[in-house]
Amino acid sequence: MAALKTIFVSVITAVMLLGGTATQEVTSTQLIEEAKAYDTKEIIYTGEVIGDIMQRGDHSWVNVSDGSNAIGVWILSDLVRDIKFTGRYKVKGDTVKVTGIFYRACKEHGGDMDIHASDIKILKQGYKISEATSIWQAVFTVLGLVLTILLSIHIFRKKL
Amino acid sequence: MAKYFRLIDRNNFRSGNDYHSIHNLYDFWLLGIKLTDSVSSTIKIIGYYIGKVVTLLGFIQVIPLVTSLIYSEWSIVLSFSTSISISLFTGSLLIIFCNSEKNRRVDWSHGMIIAAFSWLLGMLLCAIPYYLSGNFLSYLDACFDVMSGLTTTGVVLIQDLDHVSNGINMWRHVLTYLGGQGMVVLALTFLVKSTSGSYKMYVGEAKDEQLLPNVINTAKAIWFISIVYLAVGTIVLWITGICIGLPVDRSFLHALWIFMAAWSTGGFAPQTQNILYYHSFWLEIITIVFFVIGSFNFTLHYALWNKNRKEILKNIEIQSMSVTLTALTLITFAGLIKLNVYPDFISMFRKGFYLLISGHTTTGFMTIYARQFFNEWGNVALFAVTVSMLIGGSACSTAGGFKGIRMGIIFKGFIRDIKRILLPESMVQVDKFHHIKDIKMEEKHLRSALLIVIAYILTFAIGTLAGLFFGYPLASSAFEAASVTGNVGLSIGITKASMPNTLKIIYITIMWIARLEFMSVFALITYIFFRKRRRWLH
Repeated sequence: MAALKTIFVSVITAVMLLGGTATQEVTSTQLIEEAKAYDTKEIIYTGEVIGDIMQRGDHSWVNVSDGSNAIGVWILSDLVRDIKFTGRYKVKGDTVKVTGIFYRACKEHGGDMDIHASDIKILKQGYKISEATSIWQAVFTVLGLVLTILLSIHIFRKKL
Repeated sequence: MAKYFRLIDRNNFRSGNDYHSIHNLYDFWLLGIKLTDSVSSTIKIIGYYIGKVVTLLGFIQVIPLVTSLIYSEWSIVLSFSTSISISLFTGSLLIIFCNSEKNRRVDWSHGMIIAAFSWLLGMLLCAIPYYLSGNFLSYLDACFDVMSGLTTTGVVLIQDLDHVSNGINMWRHVLTYLGGQGMVVLALTFLVKSTSGSYKMYVGEAKDEQLLPNVINTAKAIWFISIVYLAVGTIVLWITGICIGLPVDRSFLHALWIFMAAWSTGGFAPQTQNILYYHSFWLEIITIVFFVIGSFNFTLHYALWNKNRKEILKNIEIQSMSVTLTALTLITFAGLIKLNVYPDFISMFRKGFYLLISGHTTTGFMTIYARQFFNEWGNVALFAVTVSMLIGGSACSTAGGFKGIRMGIIFKGFIRDIKRILLPESMVQVDKFHHIKDIKMEEKHLRSALLIVIAYILTFAIGTLAGLFFGYPLASSAFEAASVTGNVGLSIGITKASMPNTLKIIYITIMWIARLEFMSVFALITYIFFRKRRRWLH
């Protein structure tokens, strides 16, 4: 009976420990819509690094977008050295998986909604994107410019 | 700088003394638009000046075109080239076909219609590069963002802003900078040689005060003030950007864009997170300084540059804004403290105060996510921000809303009426308000202030009703309606590409009407209606 009791207590404790501290994978929409529920909890957040990595002392700000919103990630600068691409025009940024504590209104950062990351993993490296240009648009533009120049000469000569 | 203005006109400085013109214009509107010219003559007068404005918009697009060339954004270069050719072609055709009437006298109705129609046609043409860039789901969305930029509102429907080209970002911010100063003002400065009718077009763009006797010199002075601030502001923000970790070139572009948006009380930013993207206390403080200065009346800037420093303490608009800002800050803080939204005073300042003053100056810069307003702020703080957005900044500035001068006049009128009840009937009281100089307060001042405020409230009510009609909650509908009515740009989450097209059109119309302070748009509508009725009668 005592052995059964010990096994039961151990199982309950293990479930509580594992279940209670399990890090949840969340989206930016979840974080914004249910901010109070996730406040000060450890979460996993995945998205594309966008814009700039802004170094502030030994830490850096990295903004990570999952397509719906971008969330600021406060992280040790050493941990972001491997990030090669940040998302901008013609560049798809590295896709990263951030593990850290989420703050609804971070006291350290003037009430910002942010994640203090303890770990960051690059899931997929970013890449450059080539531009597509339309030949028809180019032809149309050249014709339009020629017409406009002719009209402008007419206006200039007639002093309209 | 003062020397520059003295060179323009040394002896005839008269600023802030045209406030009564609003009253006269309302009389003019209430009496109906005088249309003595034939239809073709009227259309040609209007068409000629609109042609000038459209041509100017074509030339302005060279700025984003060059930006795209520098950053090798070839498809965007092509988009701007197409758009420039269409704008210049349209402008040239209008000038050629309408030039026969260019020497005719431009009357009030023409001035008003030129201003109102220029903004509409401008919206359609300026949306071309937006749409061609592929960053918008429809042409309507592109038009929405153009109107939002030109009216310095700042709500956006653009897709994937974090991957938008430098050329398009430059265009977004140039539009808001242009709109803040006024595109007709710019056209007057560079393309209109004759002063005949210029004042009417200038007033049509809701700028009713002259810094200098000559309206073209006034327009030049407005642009001079704005460009000097642009240079100073960009340098300050550039250095700040480098200090907070932005690369040198990116920091320059962000500084230029953020300044343009701050000074014009526009609220656009190059990233989806808006000002939150930078996570910087100092950048937030600097933007507050610039957008507050941007919300000041240009005549006040001019007075200060002429070393009339006491004006800042005596001016009715500054006093009015100080009172409303203090009261609304207390209400916002009370609402946020009650719900325990922020953990300390610094957070309260960086979120609560920042967003309130951003709303009050009709800037629309945000340091939180739109949905946080709805989810966290509570009704009391939302109420304060909604009211602040409706009150807005100063008249003859880049800001929107009722304007401080009108709030001040209405308040003084209210006090005067109370005094009349309390004091003996035989007592004659003379009330004054100070705006550059002491002005005796008359019934016409109060009437014109009340008329505009009532028009704003009605527009706000229509916007709120539209939101309710499409199923949004009352608080959200009112907040978003206040934002578009005051040309602010704060959003509670309604404005997005998935919102109904009808609501987009309603918001575009509200932004346009409110920015031009109703008169020009009413003149345009009255003109169309009047003409139709006359045709039927004939």
